[in-house]
Amino acid sequence: MAMTMTEKIMARHAGLETVEPGQLIQCQVDIVLANDITFPPAAQEFSRIGRPVFDVEKIVLVPDHFTPNKDIKSAEMAKTMRQFVKENGIKHYFEVGRMGIEHVLLPEQGLVAPGEVIIGADSHTCTYGAVGAFATGVGSTDAGAAMATGQNWFKVPSSIKVELTGQLSPWVSGKDVVLTLIGRIGVDGARYQALEFCGEGLQSLSMADRFTIANMAIEAGAKNGIFPVDDITETYIDGRVQKSYERVAADEDASYARTVTIDLSALTPVVALPHLPENVRPVSEVNTIVINQVVIGSCTNGRLEDLAQAAAIFSHQPVHPDVRTIIIPGSQQVYLDAMKRGYIETFIRAGAVVSTPTCGPCLGGYMGILAAGERAVSTTNRNFRGRMGHVDSEVYLAGPAVAAASAVMGRIAGPQEVLK
Amino acid sequence: MILEGKIWRYGDNVDTDVIIPARYLNTSNPEELASHCMEDIDTTFVGAVRAGDIIVAGRNFGCGSSREHAPVAIKASGISCVVADSFARIFYRNAINIGLPLLEIGEVVGRISAGDYLSIDTTAGTVKNVTTGEVFQAPPLPPFVQEIVRAGGLINLLKEARP
Repeated sequence: MAMTMTEKIMARHAGLETVEPGQLIQCQVDIVLANDITFPPAAQEFSRIGRPVFDVEKIVLVPDHFTPNKDIKSAEMAKTMRQFVKENGIKHYFEVGRMGIEHVLLPEQGLVAPGEVIIGADSHTCTYGAVGAFATGVGSTDAGAAMATGQNWFKVPSSIKVELTGQLSPWVSGKDVVLTLIGRIGVDGARYQALEFCGEGLQSLSMADRFTIANMAIEAGAKNGIFPVDDITETYIDGRVQKSYERVAADEDASYARTVTIDLSALTPVVALPHLPENVRPVSEVNTIVINQVVIGSCTNGRLEDLAQAAAIFSHQPVHPDVRTIIIPGSQQVYLDAMKRGYIETFIRAGAVVSTPTCGPCLGGYMGILAAGERAVSTTNRNFRGRMGHVDSEVYLAGPAVAAASAVMGRIAGPQEVLK
Repeated sequence: MILEGKIWRYGDNVDTDVIIPARYLNTSNPEELASHCMEDIDTTFVGAVRAGDIIVAGRNFGCGSSREHAPVAIKASGISCVVADSFARIFYRNAINIGLPLLEIGEVVGRISAGDYLSIDTTAGTVKNVTTGEVFQAPPLPPFVQEIVRAGGLINLLKEARP
């Protein structure tokens, strides 16, 4: 029977010849991930099972949400993780100073590979679909159980084929692609389904673009987003991934629940207005909205290519006097590379602050909380009510070029307004 | 199991950030989480919710973050069951795994209004609107998921299965 990429990976990890949408299966997992918020309850559930960890190489723990710790309680949570790592001999743990935002860090470190089944107690675990893995977010109980059993139960999702044609114009990026998609199908448009990206348009999408797109599959309700493994993927993972892996491709006659076609050539920079990621508008329609803060970073847009776009804007003009701009490289490596290329100096000279890697402001944790009535343009992934601070604050989601241009103009703006 | 109670009525796309805002996620203590449950969309909830009450909501309930703290906060608030048009998948899994009953009844949820009184049979998957007399049916859970519910959550099931 012909299968999609997701079906094929799931079948292989369940020890089955074939699977079909709706089927409940038990899969072996290749990676179990948790962070400083989701790990403590996962550890508690794990300890109730009373078995040792299934594989010290396959559990990845990253304290990235409230670290460097914002208060005593979050320090206690990080301490719980640190002790577990020592007691159980966990190999892949990233202490502050080596830590990055998990979904930037794991691919960079070669810990996620094509064809794998990856679960993480973080909804943006779906990011790893960019390297051709089946990756999905779970809760702490699922993660804790899998740390003991090396398995998880799944309902095989049906797949939506997202056919990409044409190529991206300058200053249009993966964020514009995924926001446009969510705007079209809605925040539950892919609920319980897989988004499988394909088509000639893939050629114009860098790995950074693909990570951004797969990252926000959850914002359409999807179980996972997945990209085929092509030369661009191979170039990225070459030298990073040390373990053996299997390149999985969809069968040509695989069946899909539906097809959504996006012409990349027709895309323009967009923003998602409060309070849902589906409220997507072209920048040109909303460029009178005055803003107070800009955040550039996160698991969605904290990669070197994202910082390069922002630096290109800030090298023309500084941050507007009424705007606070917070830039957060997604990992220590991204930070170092951005320094070598002069981006960090450009940011500081433009009047932005540069932070060590953290999820902080994206989820309203710390490092850039909004007051009542304030508005932020953010390259993060959610603009729910109160997400970045006060319940009466507003978040406008955009890619790094729009975020930087908005920081310069003091209102929502497209890159061309700064560059002209 | 038969559950009866007063309902708390919410709309579409209630996300886990409003169920329990991240500013309170420096703890996983259920009672502490419950003391802030729903506060960003409903400041009356924490003060007035009683054991046995039921949440009724629209589409895509529990969307967004995978934080299990969300169903934990709802359960620790005393809510006995959540009825919705549809649920976001991670929330659904998490609720099943921690033993919070959910019933997905589709668009007919629109026929349940704030102030109505419900009687729910979680085994049969039926939701009776006592106020209007209407009965709605949720599709049955797959047998494996029923096993998790019967055991009182995933960890209990795994402990039972231990060789």
